[in-house]
Amino acid sequence: MPVILEALDGAGPVAANWLRGAIEAIADRELGAGHALPLDKLGQFLLDVNHQPRARRLAFELIARIDPATADKLLTGMLTDPSPELRYDAVRKIVQQGDRALAETNQPAARLLFRQALTFAREVIQVDDLSKKLRALGETVDLPNLFGFVMKWKVIGPFDSVGGKGWAAAFPPEQGLDFGATYDGKLGPVHWQDFVTTDDYGIVSMNQPFKALKGVAAYACAAFDSAQAQEVELRLGSENSWKVWLNGEFLFGQDEYHRNKAIDQYRMPGHLRAGKNFILVKVCQNEQTEDWAGDWDFQLRVCDRLGAAVHPAPASGATGKGAAQ
Amino acid sequence: MKPRRAFLTRLAAGATLAALAATASLGGDWRQFRGPRGAGLADETNAPVISYGPKSIAWKVPLPGRGLASPIIVGDRVFLTCSSGPQQDRLHIICLNAADGSKRWERQFWATGRTSTHEKICVAVPTPTSDGQRLFAAFTSDDVFCLDLDGNLIWFRALMRDYPNAGNTLGLASSPVVADGVLVMQVETDGDAFVAGLDVATGINRWKLERRKRANWSSPVTLSGVNGTTVVALQSSAGVCAIDPATGQQVWNYPDGASTVPSSTSRGSILFVPSFGITALQTSPDAQPPKQLWRSNQYRPATASPIALDDHIFAVNDAGVLSCGDAATGARLWQLRLKGPFTSSPVALGKQLYLVNEKGLAQIVDATKPEGEVVSELDLGETVLGTPSVANGAVYFRSDGHIWKLASP
Repeated sequence: MPVILEALDGAGPVAANWLRGAIEAIADRELGAGHALPLDKLGQFLLDVNHQPRARRLAFELIARIDPATADKLLTGMLTDPSPELRYDAVRKIVQQGDRALAETNQPAARLLFRQALTFAREVIQVDDLSKKLRALGETVDLPNLFGFVMKWKVIGPFDSVGGKGWAAAFPPEQGLDFGATYDGKLGPVHWQDFVTTDDYGIVSMNQPFKALKGVAAYACAAFDSAQAQEVELRLGSENSWKVWLNGEFLFGQDEYHRNKAIDQYRMPGHLRAGKNFILVKVCQNEQTEDWAGDWDFQLRVCDRLGAAVHPAPASGATGKGAAQ
Repeated sequence: MKPRRAFLTRLAAGATLAALAATASLGGDWRQFRGPRGAGLADETNAPVISYGPKSIAWKVPLPGRGLASPIIVGDRVFLTCSSGPQQDRLHIICLNAADGSKRWERQFWATGRTSTHEKICVAVPTPTSDGQRLFAAFTSDDVFCLDLDGNLIWFRALMRDYPNAGNTLGLASSPVVADGVLVMQVETDGDAFVAGLDVATGINRWKLERRKRANWSSPVTLSGVNGTTVVALQSSAGVCAIDPATGQQVWNYPDGASTVPSSTSRGSILFVPSFGITALQTSPDAQPPKQLWRSNQYRPATASPIALDDHIFAVNDAGVLSCGDAATGARLWQLRLKGPFTSSPVALGKQLYLVNEKGLAQIVDATKPEGEVVSELDLGETVLGTPSVANGAVYFRSDGHIWKLASP
């Protein structure tokens, strides 16, 4: 079993599921036959953070099957674990302690525990929950900073997207960035203008600079100074059709309108070079007239693969409340 | 392929199929969304009359994750899917013993596609299906797993890796069907839309049809084709077309448009389509265009799919009103206000309709009464969005937290 777990280290998402299926089948067979699972070896594997996070999580779950009490104790030391799932469960234990303190009307203890949990939380659902708990206790929480939402943008538009044609059309901003240029837009000449969102969740509403238009496309561009070259994830939420480029490289896009919007809806791996980087977002609005089809916006954050905010070098200040101010 | 390897492959395949066939059972199975042919009717004679009460709960078992997918029943085994985790990206496939609800096995996998959905639902929405030998479990993340009935993975497709825009951020809901050795996957979204025929033995595309890019949550249903074959009816906003599952070739087409949420249902060769209310089509197993028998906007199936039982057609509207009509003419016979709202679809065992509303109130309607009558209720105490399943004289419900088996004590 540890050998197959190690094979997960270099496995892609598809192969990983094959290996996982094999490990679970072996575990079922061994436990069904009354045999023990190799707790020591599984433990060694779990505690070696060089192994693939999902493989370590699987080792943890196997340990939990045979010794749940020990597994639970191990979680206590996993607040900074590279495995998002182990970290999530470790944070959850602190949150539960905070909830208990709150139930006992020990607000100072609850406040401290929630603060500690928020320091280590990376999953959106936990960060959001903890922020609400802390705000209810009178604490200030800088959500844009915690999440790493990009707040400072330059925007340009509207361009013509009647009939949905704008998503596929390559308007001038995606052919090259020139912040001093003027182009022909849908309603006349258009040029880049500064736009800063103050939304807690970094929502950039194109309805603000361009009014509530239909059948249109617009672009937003952010400069992001990175202290060093690094691999990051750009995570976007939008209920409009959109495309994203990083330093001119197309990352992904989805031609879909008004289905749903959520933080981290789309996760795009990207490479930041040292120094200035440019994130370009195209967001289109269709011609639906229902009252629930009015949003023309997106939210975007830069983070590591665990979801921890990656902030720009101080001089840039594109993310967080500081940027908004 | 070299001869020796080909021989060994055939040998292995033959041995596997022989072993699998030994576990297959036909009578009373409920192998897909809304059971045999997707009609919502149990293939059972002498069906028991169930009345809810404390003793009617044969068993109730906690689940490790959320789900709307119906349980399916193959022989003495119950299969269902769940999703869990902060991002709902842990996918569960579970096999229980139908007799007592004890777990035979569980497999968990990692979602490879996007898992963002409307908060009301989750990633385990499409109902799994089975050909009696294999289990096919699809998820909103476009992950499709084929396992044998003992939980061994046979093949796996990560469709969103192959077709990156084939995602709907509200979630996908179409449940696949298996027919003539092909798993028919209807994956229709605004960003990409297709129907794929996956070989049941390998998961490889036998064919792939490009479809209109428009979100669609309806599920395919099966009808009889020529010479004992099957045709698959694919519903969408464009209408309904029937295809030969072996080739993907179109057999007939009804182009008048149809709903993208409730699915069609059938009685014999008549297909009742959620189109302009309900449109009844007399279908032919060959390439003859379907003949419209009747159309009535007195039926307004909302999320729940209609069901045809004996000579009657039933549909539940947004307000939770159950309408009953003459299946031959479409004439509405009676209406009965139920306690709604309903996300799940009604199913039938014997002469009774089994429904459960979103609040988890299970209701049995005696369809033989002149005006219909709710003859039994049971509060399951949890939100229930999944359609019940019926097999071997029992009804199965599932929520995000539990699965129940209800039967006559």
